[in-house]
Order: sequence, then structure tokens, then C-alpha cells
Amino acid sequence: MAAGNFEKYKSDGSLAGNALEWVDARFPATSMWKGHLSEYYAPKNFNFWYFFGSLALLVLVIQIVTGIFLVMHYKPDAALNANGVPIAFASVEYIMRDVSGGWLIRYMHSTGASAFFIVVYMHMFRGLLYGSYRKPRELTWLFGVGIFLCLMGEAFFGYLLPWGQMSYWGAQVIVNLFSAIPVIGGDLSLIIRGDFVVGDATLNRFFSFHVIAFPLVLIGLVAAHVLALHETGSNNPDGVEIKANKDENGIPRDGIPFHPYYTVKDIVGVVVFLMVFSAVMFWAPEGGGYFLETPNFYPADPLKTPPHIAPVWYFTPFYSILRAVTYPLFGLDAKFWGVVAMGASVVIFAFLPWLDRSPVKSIRYRGPIYKTLLTIFVICFFVLGYLGTLSPSPMGELVSQVCSVFYFGFFLAMPWWSRMDKFKPVPDRVTFK
Amino acid sequence: MKKFLIALLFAPILAFANTSTVHIDKWPGSVSDKAALQNGAKLFVNYCMNCHGASYMRYKNLLDLGASYMRYKNLLDLGLTEQQVKENLMFTSDKIGELMRVAARSDEQKQWFGATPPDLTIIARARGEAGNAGAGADWLYTYLRSFYRDANRPTGWNNTVFENVGMPHILYGLQGQQVMNHETHKLELAVPGSMAPAEFDKSVSDLVGFMVWMGEPQQEYRRTLGWFVLAFLAVLFVVAYALKKEYWKDIH
Repeated sequence: MAAGNFEKYKSDGSLAGNALEWVDARFPATSMWKGHLSEYYAPKNFNFWYFFGSLALLVLVIQIVTGIFLVMHYKPDAALNANGVPIAFASVEYIMRDVSGGWLIRYMHSTGASAFFIVVYMHMFRGLLYGSYRKPRELTWLFGVGIFLCLMGEAFFGYLLPWGQMSYWGAQVIVNLFSAIPVIGGDLSLIIRGDFVVGDATLNRFFSFHVIAFPLVLIGLVAAHVLALHETGSNNPDGVEIKANKDENGIPRDGIPFHPYYTVKDIVGVVVFLMVFSAVMFWAPEGGGYFLETPNFYPADPLKTPPHIAPVWYFTPFYSILRAVTYPLFGLDAKFWGVVAMGASVVIFAFLPWLDRSPVKSIRYRGPIYKTLLTIFVICFFVLGYLGTLSPSPMGELVSQVCSVFYFGFFLAMPWWSRMDKFKPVPDRVTFK
Repeated sequence: MKKFLIALLFAPILAFANTSTVHIDKWPGSVSDKAALQNGAKLFVNYCMNCHGASYMRYKNLLDLGASYMRYKNLLDLGLTEQQVKENLMFTSDKIGELMRVAARSDEQKQWFGATPPDLTIIARARGEAGNAGAGADWLYTYLRSFYRDANRPTGWNNTVFENVGMPHILYGLQGQQVMNHETHKLELAVPGSMAPAEFDKSVSDLVGFMVWMGEPQQEYRRTLGWFVLAFLAVLFVVAYALKKEYWKDIH
């Protein structure tokens, strides 16, 4: 049997040392500190794209802490108050006006929601750039896709809570999508709503999901994501396995301890991020009408459908894919296939580790095929996102269909095109200037 | 190649840029003009609040919003004393902590106008647009100046910005009566009101300013606070960057 912590970590005789020895005999404090921070060796050549993992963790903390304070004042109640306004909607304005510092907490939370997706999209794009999903990091990637799915659910449930017009009708549209599923669809959407229309029952269960169920799962998945990453070690912009080249002490020659090197580096990233975050929060908290959609300043009105129901910007690429499917197939509604396409467009990321057959991981050593296709993929993603904010139009439909076809083509044809590229030789060691 | 791809990225944005049919005037006011806000508050409680509530807003916010923790009092309030607010702005309540409710009952209003007049506390924000959150002020500024006589409407009024609106022209005593010239499709002043057109525009601008301010009374404070936060973060950046440099100088 391996030596327990009690044998490994001995006190230096000081009071603090004795206390730590006492703890170490009972809890793996020192070994966890070493394993995950001070003796976790990360490649020394991380670049800009490697800030977004720690930033995602920061935003998660911001959301949880601000969320705790919002829940103290928010009331998930669709009943009308004495002024004829839904209590939930009025309680958000109460937070904005009457709660001390409430506006700041609320703006942190609403800006944080958009920031979360920006950071996570950047983090995922990093994976595409440097092949971070490739063997042996498939599970890290799968947990990551799980986090992304969970985050989408979390955002969707949270968006109903202010009980504005867009909250209400957005939820109505999305829940109705489930009714497109054959046989069980009608009952399924009824179960999700808890009523025949989006109402108080829906608001209360979404509140429960948003503040308890999904955050719990999210935190669990984040822990699994980090644990899996620390088992394999981090990838890097060269896609070189640093563990393949260790010194006499078994330490990767291109690795440096995460703490202090990457903790001090990530602090710089955190400060820069907070500057951007604060600039939006203090000077443009509505995000130009994209972070806080303006129709959501009207309280939910079940009798008045807004002329144009647009999801929040971070869902619009997938929403466009949903709308792009307009052909019924096998006797099933176009709507059903739209839902399938939308679901597939998110889940397809999970298959990346097995779709990519290129002999190299990093874009640095891949050829023009990957660079061109990835660029077009990103353009399609942006175009789909932009079209998703607009009302449907024949032109928009056509463009989004072309983009959707490319979107899926990028993934589904990857086993073939990823092998065909012109590759450059991968060095043995990471490049570091 | 790169340039082509970037052009491709922006092409749909140009292709889908939409053009609005009704001309909307730009709101000329500013939320930092205290005198204008006070005038707007006066107009709001005298005209709008007969039918519309501002039910997320407390009267006390008109003087010292959140003074308990904010010391930038002059950025937040309208510069009025409690006495002034009570005597000039409070008609439906006598408690300064009350919400700015409307006296009329909503079910009766629905009978009178066909719809309950909406709450106006955050109307300026609700009328914004994606890509232009400030559009709400422009819309309100144009809407309130675009009523004209229309014998076909139950109230006798119609509006070029909001066709067949249920609301009558509540400010007609000030503006006078406009009529639609069906040849030029322009509004013309048929019966002058108590204010000259320029004076009326200024009053509407003040009123819109008040509604913009009321939509988020702490907005000026928020913007000011942002500078302090950014200044702090700038200093923190210098320290954090120096720390990183110091640690990383051994890494080759």
C-alpha cells in the first residue's frame, strides 16, 4: 500500500507545521495543493487563448455569488400585485431601485450571463484551434460539452425569471418545440410547463432548476472537467505532449508549476477581463439591447404576442439552425426536424475527438484545408447568430440554410478532410520565445 | 483570402440592414440637465399620471434615492427638497415613501381607452431596440409630438408614429391641434396651443428626459462609478503585470 499522507508530509516542528500535519493525517490538504497547483505542471507556452478556462471559473463564481444575493430579494410569483404588475417582474425593478446596491448585483448577473457565453465560446474555439479534444483528453472534452449543455439550460431557465415579455414568449416558443416530438411531445411539453400555458407553475419550477438543480450539476461537471484535465495534463498551442519529455526527477522539461506561474499570469487575465466586463456593466449594461433585450422591460402579457420573438444572442446560432429546416420528412413536421437539427448542432461537438483524424493536433502544423474550413465555420457561426436575431425573411432563410449545411458538413466530413491536409512536422519540444 | 473572408462576414449585415418607414426625431435632451428633469417631473405628474402609473418608482426617489449608501447625492436626485416634492409633485399620495401609483382604476381605464394605459416607469427602456438601446427616448420624443386630429377615432385623435393609438392627445392644450395634410403627408398646426412650437418641443424633451431618468434613476451614478472602478483596475493591472513579469523572468 502507498504511503498515507501521514507518512508523506511531516511537520517542521512549528505550530503551523504541526497543525498541517494533523490535517494531512485526516484530509489530503497538502497532496491536493501539490497535485493541482504547486506541482501540477502546465506547458510553459500557453498563449492568449488559454486565459478563458480560468475566466470561465471566475464568471461561474460571479454568477453564483450575485445569484445568492438576487434570490434574497427576487420573488418567483406570476400573480399580479396591487398595481396590476406581475410580482416577479416588479421584484426585479424593486432590486434595481430599492435594494441597496441591487442594481449593481443585478447588472453583474445579467452581464455575467452574456460574459459566460463569450468566455465559453472562446474556450471552445481554443479547443478547435489546438486540438485540445484529441486523445488523451476526450473525457475532459466530453465533460466540457456537458458543461456547455448545462449552461444553456441554466441560461434558458434564468431568462424566464424577470418575467418580461421576451422571458415569457421565449419560454413559450422553446417549450413548444418539445411538442413537435411525435407521440410524447404534447405530454412532454405539458410536464415541462406544468400548465397548458407558461404560467406560475412554470416560473416556479424554472426558478428551482435555475437556482438549485442546474448549478449543482454545473459545479459537479466543472469539478470533473478539471480533474480529468489534471489527470492527463494540459494541451498547448503546439499540441506537443510535454509528459513525453521528462527530466531525471520525472518533471516535464517544458512544464512549469501551475502555482505560482499560471496563477500570477491568470490574475493579469482576470484584471483585463474585469476591465472589459466593468466597461459593459457600468456604461452599457443593456449590451446595446442584446444582453438585456428591450421588450423584456414590458411585464409578461399572455394575451399580447410580441411581433418578433428573438432569443438572447448566445442562442441565436442554434435558433437559426432550427428555423433553417423548412422541409417535412418521413411524414414528420419540419418543426420536428428543426428541433432535431438544433439539438444535433450542439451535441455534435461531443463527437469531435472521434471525427478528427488528422495526425497533428495544433492548427500550427495543419495545412490550408483546416485553416480555410475553420474560418468559414466561424463565419457561418457568426452569420447564423446574426440571422437568429432578425425576423424571418426569405433571404435570411436561404442564407441560414447554406450556413447550416456548412456547419454540419464541417463536422460530418471531418473524418475525410482532416486526413487530407498538408501537415508540417511537429517539433519534440514546445516553442517558447 | 483573409480580406475576402472578412468581407463575407459583414456582407449579411449590410444585406439585412432595415430601413424604418416612419421618421423618428432624435431626442435632443440629456439626463444630466437637472432643471429639465425637474420640469419633466412636473409635466409627468400633471399630465401623464392622470392615467399612467409609475409604479416601480417611489416619490422619495425624486429627492434622495439611496442616499444611505451613496454619497454622490447630486448625481442621483432631482435636487428637490421633501417639501417641494410634497407640495408640487404628490397629488395621489401623502407619504413620500409611496410608489407613484395612478389613481384611476385599470378596469375602468380599459373601458375608456380600449386598453389599460401602460406603466411608464421603464417605458423609455422598453421602447429601445436591439442595436440601439437609446432609441426609446427618440421614439417617445417623436410620438408625443405627432398627434393629429382624426374624426374617425373615438378620442378624436390619431398619431403618425403609433397608428390608431388609444391614447388621446393629452398635451394638446400646450401644443395646439395638428391636422394631417393628405397631399404632403405632413402634420400642420391648425389651432395653436399655449406654447410656441419650439417651446413645446423643449417641454416634450424635458418630459422624455424625466422618463429616461426614471427608467434607471441611478444611471448617472452608475456611469460615474464606472470610471472609479476602471481606474482601480488600471492600477491593479500594472501591479498584476509587474508581478507576472517578475515571476516569469526565470522561465526560458
